[in-house]
Amino acid sequence: MTASRHPEPAQPRSGMARLRDAFAGYAFLAPFLAFYAIFLLYPFGLGVWMSLHDWEIVGNYREYLGWANYQELWEDTYFWEVLRNTLKFTVITAPAATVLGLALALALNRPLRAYGALRATFFASNIFAVTVVTLIWTMVLNPDNGLVSHGLRTLGVEPIAFLTEPGWAMAALVVTTLWWTSGFPMSLFLAGLQQIPPEIYEAARLDNASRWTVLWRITLPSLKRTLLLVVVLQTVGQFQLFGQPLLMTRGGPSNSTRPLVQWIYEIGFRDWRSGYASAVAMVLFCMMFFVALLQLRVARQEE
Amino acid sequence: MADVLLRDIRKRYGSTEVIHGVSLELKHREFIVFVGPSGCGKTTLLRMIAGLETISGGELLIGGRLSNDTPPGERGIAMVFQNYALYPHMTAAENMAFGLRNIGTPRDEIANRVSAAAKTLQIEHLLDRRATEMSGGQRQRVAIGRAIVRRPQVFLFDEPLSNLDAALRVQMRVELVQLHQRLEATSIYVTHDQVEAMTMADRIVVFREGRIEQVGTPLEIYRSPANTFVAGFIGAPKMNLLKSQVVSASPGQVVVSVPGGSAEVAANGSALAAGAAVTLGVRPEHLRPTSGEGAFQGKVSALERLGRETLLYVAGADGSTLIATDAGDSPTRIGDTVKLAMDPGSARLFGSDGAALSPAMGTA
Repeated sequence: MTASRHPEPAQPRSGMARLRDAFAGYAFLAPFLAFYAIFLLYPFGLGVWMSLHDWEIVGNYREYLGWANYQELWEDTYFWEVLRNTLKFTVITAPAATVLGLALALALNRPLRAYGALRATFFASNIFAVTVVTLIWTMVLNPDNGLVSHGLRTLGVEPIAFLTEPGWAMAALVVTTLWWTSGFPMSLFLAGLQQIPPEIYEAARLDNASRWTVLWRITLPSLKRTLLLVVVLQTVGQFQLFGQPLLMTRGGPSNSTRPLVQWIYEIGFRDWRSGYASAVAMVLFCMMFFVALLQLRVARQEE
Repeated sequence: MADVLLRDIRKRYGSTEVIHGVSLELKHREFIVFVGPSGCGKTTLLRMIAGLETISGGELLIGGRLSNDTPPGERGIAMVFQNYALYPHMTAAENMAFGLRNIGTPRDEIANRVSAAAKTLQIEHLLDRRATEMSGGQRQRVAIGRAIVRRPQVFLFDEPLSNLDAALRVQMRVELVQLHQRLEATSIYVTHDQVEAMTMADRIVVFREGRIEQVGTPLEIYRSPANTFVAGFIGAPKMNLLKSQVVSASPGQVVVSVPGGSAEVAANGSALAAGAAVTLGVRPEHLRPTSGEGAFQGKVSALERLGRETLLYVAGADGSTLIATDAGDSPTRIGDTVKLAMDPGSARLFGSDGAALSPAMGTA
């Protein structure tokens, strides 16, 4: 046989070498796996287990209850109230933050340096701790000497106690949250916008497309993936509302701003009913899991 | 009628001028190719004609109408981009229909034009496919289709074939020329590939550093380059350019010194004195090995056997290398000493400023 010009097929590797490769692979994975197991899988499993028990947080009292915690939850009117607060907040805040982030990104997606400074400014609020943000907004919304009441007085309107008026407290939390978090969706949308090849905008100019047509027919369809990501991140993030009501309204007035996470915290660490708190946490988990699944499904359909 | 007239067109970015007053007249239905090295301003000029770049000075007339400030969509032009620039989320049909929809063309009319263009370009089977589901060649056809359906007066092509593989490029080159002949439009085609320029153009415009170096038919430019830049840029392999000196000059003939002898060139030497520095330009196909008297002598340093012909790289005693042509079955071998004979009528002389001395036809 004449010498073949094709490369020789790779020799089957010896069992020892394969074992060594596998070992190296798992060794590289080990730090992550350990972290994942200790801080995610174990607490999650423990949470599921706790939700099936009457579980004392301090001490050793554990009594298996089966689904009793979940049954109690189903019948607990307080749970439905808190769930409604959470959904209300999410349904308002997630779309609003998405639209605001998109509008900011569209307005600031220009190469000039001044726009760079503005982008940094809008993103900056995002890095503050919740304590700082709530402190600022508690002062801004203070009915006696806050910035907003000052403005209202100038207009001849009686100041409003935003954080203690039942009709206004939720709105105040929404505004605070939007101010705090809209920088992040903005940066995601900016990244998405910069992925769009500039030539297609030039082609659109040659195609007589108006600015409105360009936005609806070129820009938004090109941002579909980013849009989906932002909506899911926002929804999952806003479901976990906690710091703002805890520090600004304490869940009031008359329970109108108490979200699920704050309630979980109160049952678990004030009432020491860890089992029941875990059951509520599992419900919240299922809600977020459902949203994430929805995203995966939509993304797959896109492909 | 869609003549395109450029009058002293200039482009400045801040204080830097990149297009230095270009004047050019393009006739209706002409296929004009802008060619030049990277950064010579050819694409910038095309984008100024398209309306994608502002015009800093001068006048642009399309179909007799001053169009300096006319929006791109209203210039009666269509452009095919280097990267196709198809709308990725739309199907081929939607891509082609987009521009017509924006100007309120009736649905039936859009459908008719799209299917006619698809038939012309043989892309009927691709109409429902998205841009992301097509190959480079298919995308290019759709991009051309998008330009055709608008029935423009002027087609602008910005290096449209540079992202295609070699075989497809040759095929598309032929198709584009055939398409141009069928359409009632003027075409302006930008490329840095001089083969595309030579094969496609009615007239070629050679650019360098924001200026026109020469305008002419492909053969005019090939045979009578206006200066050493054009001589070196058009033609592959390049024209041989040899530094030399005038030995004697008359109105009909100039004798110049070359390594290993002298050469006669048919040129107008009335303005030349003996000893003047000139550049001798001779194309490889006009330089052949000979057993008799040769103008040049040197050693073969490399051979390229192309089948139909053989290229000889001949190193002279002064270190210069000349490219000569021999038959496909040339017996010459590397290291051989050869004499080269030159066809005096086809050689060109350039003055010390690089401009052609020979009666170069068709210069701008």
